[in-house]
Amino acid sequence: MFDSLLDAVTAAEAQNLSLGELALRTEADEGLRSRDEVESGLRRALDVMRGAVERGLIGDLHSVSGLVGGDAEKLSRARGPLAGTVFTDALAAALAVQEVNAAMGVIVAAPTAGGAGVLPGVLLGIARHRRSTDSEMIRALATAGLIGAVVAVRASLSGAEGGCQAETGAAAGMAAGAGVELLGGTPRQAMHAVAVTMQGTLGLVCDPLGGLVEVPCVYRNATGAAMALAGIEMALAGVEFPIPADEVVDTMGQIGREMDVRYRETAGGGLAATPTGRRLARERLVQLKPKKGR
Amino acid sequence: MVSLLDIIGPVMVGPSSSHTAGACRLGLIARALAGGTPDMARVELHGSFARTGTGHGTDRAIAGGLLGFQPDDVRLRDSLEAAEAAGLKLTFENTKLRGDHHPNTTRITATREGRSAIMTGSSIGAGRIVVTAIDGFPVEVTGAYPTLVVVAHDEPGIVATLASALAEESINLATMRVSRRQKGGDAIHIYELDSAPGSAALERIRKLTAVKTLRVVDRVA
Repeated sequence: MFDSLLDAVTAAEAQNLSLGELALRTEADEGLRSRDEVESGLRRALDVMRGAVERGLIGDLHSVSGLVGGDAEKLSRARGPLAGTVFTDALAAALAVQEVNAAMGVIVAAPTAGGAGVLPGVLLGIARHRRSTDSEMIRALATAGLIGAVVAVRASLSGAEGGCQAETGAAAGMAAGAGVELLGGTPRQAMHAVAVTMQGTLGLVCDPLGGLVEVPCVYRNATGAAMALAGIEMALAGVEFPIPADEVVDTMGQIGREMDVRYRETAGGGLAATPTGRRLARERLVQLKPKKGR
Repeated sequence: MVSLLDIIGPVMVGPSSSHTAGACRLGLIARALAGGTPDMARVELHGSFARTGTGHGTDRAIAGGLLGFQPDDVRLRDSLEAAEAAGLKLTFENTKLRGDHHPNTTRITATREGRSAIMTGSSIGAGRIVVTAIDGFPVEVTGAYPTLVVVAHDEPGIVATLASALAEESINLATMRVSRRQKGGDAIHIYELDSAPGSAALERIRKLTAVKTLRVVDRVA
């Protein structure tokens, strides 16, 4: 797969392909998996994403600690000025997937479990209003995969290595590029959507209460989806971010390497270290007590 | 090489690719080393596995792996009860393993029909794993390939004999590693294969006089 978004966009433009189609052809050419195998893997991912959103929106799930659950369903009944739009549907879907994840339901790590709500949130939020076909959705997932692969190689996709900017931030960049493709934008617009979205998540720390994928992770997937929608709207309007996407990704990697360990999934800083964060972790996120003789 | 399906995937039971999906895969490898569902397993949890394991379902994920459940199997949620029903007696302990270990590490002692297999393995992110020790021998097993684990008497020509046994069954080696604890004692051979070995190849290896044990670990990733 590519290690530069600019290289991918240049190749897509030269061959007159979308980024998703380019990603599918490139992977088949690499020979590890056939195109059929990759497409059916992405089709299954799409099915699991839809199932997770549907499950989460019922609103009866609770996480192991009981701290999160039920918020996706509230968003599905949103009454604010943006109610009934792609925006609130994306927030609801992102929350739904994360609530399913926190309750040990089945999700697609995209790129990780902790950031798994952003991509289905954005893509299924859009698809609901645009009636996108499955093959369009699969190509959009391939676009997201191409972007994630570039981030994996140039920076990181792990909160323990690079903070939340490497998980929900990377997921937002993936969703932004994929969303542009789903809405008929050009590869170059997709690249600018990645850049403008990920500049907005630079420096984001990974600070989960008690080290668990619950608070703020669930909510951060919804705000990550919002960031991606902002990037999509700007890119489709023709906004071009002055710093190239590859350099934004490199910057994310650099900030991650320089980030204090307290902000990399250790629950040593950020929201995890607030008085309330510490109290909730103590009271609700009871840790392993040896279970003998089960 | 990064595949699209590494980024959009795996499909898994939440909440954590490292603490749940990776932990399940480690359980699956311990099960393979034991030769099936163990009668008894002692699971020692180190580092972040010990600190945040219960909340992430690490204990249930490892138990599920020991029972043969895959990372996307919803039975992981109730695997502690399933283990009890299956007669698998489990103990979990927090520990601090000596030496340099990844923060997400477990040591599993799985006993089946009176024989124990001891494995140390780590979950290194996004569901990927590495097994670093088997029965006291240092190894490096990722679960990305069907893997043969052979313990054999350390004698001249043993590697060539094993490799030719595989070659005669047209099985291609992806990687191989041999390590031993002392000269002339037993050595562990780890062969990562491009395709799963058939019964003929296994039978051929099992018959070699130098071979003490032969175990097959299916692909888990």
